[in-house]
Amino acid sequence: MSLPEYERAGGYQGLRKALTMQPADVTELIKRSNLRGRGGAGFPTGSKWSFVPMGKDAPHPKYLVANADEMEPGTFKDRALMERDPHQLIEGMIVAAYAIEADIAYIFLRGEYEWPNQCLSKAIAEAKASNYLGRNILGSGYSLEIHLHASAGRYICGEETALLNALEGKRAHPRTKPPFPQVCGLWGKPTIVQNVETLCNVHHIVNKGPDWFRRLSLTEDGGTKLFGVSGKVKRPGLWELPMGTPLREILEDHAGGMRDGLRFRGLLPGGASTDFLVEEHLDTPMDYGNVQKVGSRLGTGTMVVLDDQTCPVGMVWNLEHFFAQESCGWCTPCWSGLAWTEKILLAMEQGRGSARDLETLTFQTKFLAPGNTFCALAPGAVEPLQSALKYFAEDFRRHIDEHRCPWR
Amino acid sequence: MLTVEEREEIDAKLADYPNTQAVAIEAMLIIQRRQGWVSDEKLRDLSEILRLSVANLDGVATFYNLIRRRPVGRHVALVCDSVSCWIMGSDRMRDHLCSKLGTPIGGTTSDGQFTLLPIVCLGACDHAPAMMIDGTLHEDLNEQKIEEILTQYT
Repeated sequence: MSLPEYERAGGYQGLRKALTMQPADVTELIKRSNLRGRGGAGFPTGSKWSFVPMGKDAPHPKYLVANADEMEPGTFKDRALMERDPHQLIEGMIVAAYAIEADIAYIFLRGEYEWPNQCLSKAIAEAKASNYLGRNILGSGYSLEIHLHASAGRYICGEETALLNALEGKRAHPRTKPPFPQVCGLWGKPTIVQNVETLCNVHHIVNKGPDWFRRLSLTEDGGTKLFGVSGKVKRPGLWELPMGTPLREILEDHAGGMRDGLRFRGLLPGGASTDFLVEEHLDTPMDYGNVQKVGSRLGTGTMVVLDDQTCPVGMVWNLEHFFAQESCGWCTPCWSGLAWTEKILLAMEQGRGSARDLETLTFQTKFLAPGNTFCALAPGAVEPLQSALKYFAEDFRRHIDEHRCPWR
Repeated sequence: MLTVEEREEIDAKLADYPNTQAVAIEAMLIIQRRQGWVSDEKLRDLSEILRLSVANLDGVATFYNLIRRRPVGRHVALVCDSVSCWIMGSDRMRDHLCSKLGTPIGGTTSDGQFTLLPIVCLGACDHAPAMMIDGTLHEDLNEQKIEEILTQYT
């Protein structure tokens, strides 16, 4: 969408309105909207902003960073936003930056996203030419630059503190918290790191109000959500739907159900680092609280579907192979534990598994659980594994007993 | 030596950051875009411009998946091996591609035309399996489509 098209659709009205408000009042609106981060963790956005030091004594420069790393396998939502509606992200960023009195903003974009890079570069230039960006935005006295930073690929860059190290041109190891980035982030200054989809909601909330935003949802978590489905369904794709849309509706009405001749066995509800849900969970409303109640996480809201002709052990091996490869190596439980986990699953797939391997895998899910590693990569990595051991136990056992993968 | 164009592009990036370390990754990608990889010679030149040690830059380069410190073929195919592509048969597509080009993943064809590399999720999960050649995304791959795509690059 070009700038004139975006403006015709009501674009930059949220920014115009925000610039007439006090920054703290913008944050208050976001708090009241109940917008939660769409990158996977679901932290309340307004609360996050309220931790940033404000006022004349606050340290400067302050930074806003759009997290456009999107390397979680099965996740393809931010790419669509940046390719099809780049000004929506830019407007959201300017409003968010205004709310925290940021001086400079960066878009941290994964290197493989070449087309989004071109779309965003063009949109940034258009926004600057129309004084939505740059010095004295729309005569308000507020100034902001947005720089597009192309990254060079590592899953850990999506973790907010690792992202900061990557943006500083270093290896992307996570940082110790506290201090939290809101107080001590990029180059030691206050920084908000926010997912692309989250930022795309911000100016709509300012423009139309927090109550409007909350009413878009079917449940208590405000707004809409981009839901995606991949795997052997009839119509894989991406849809913006009310938060709380039932899983069955997404899978059957929007994705068209399973392909002919295939049966649904389970899915990862929000990318590679979430626990499997199975048939008994299909009536779950897709929001943060309800998905958690049934033992998983909403995550990115982009689902990966497992059918009855695809090997669950092979699928989990593929996932653990990814996580083991992408471990940054900073802490031992993660780099060593995930490599071990992957090796066991590969042996099982190749018919070399033993009953004891199941005990070891179960141990790994506890050994790599939250609190035992430096960041959330390894705990996320074992989520699909722990739920696969629960729901597909028979499939693991068949691999061991038959000394082969039954799907080959 | 860095070319004039490389130098200009790197200098423009320097304006976006408060120090030279922050430009390290993008500068290496700028170099790589033209010659396919980052040679020792280019890395030395870059270290002088950015006033950073070669060891520092090499340490950064070897951490990231997309920075290449060894030569590649004229075209680089990034083959997605992540979960959605795997479910949709990326193993079979990969084997077909390797067999057509006569090189395994990680290798370069004998005529120097193609280098095949694995990549994690390209964000094209609803059009899996997918691969990217020289920055262009190719989706919904099947064996026939792979052969048609290859003819575009030869």
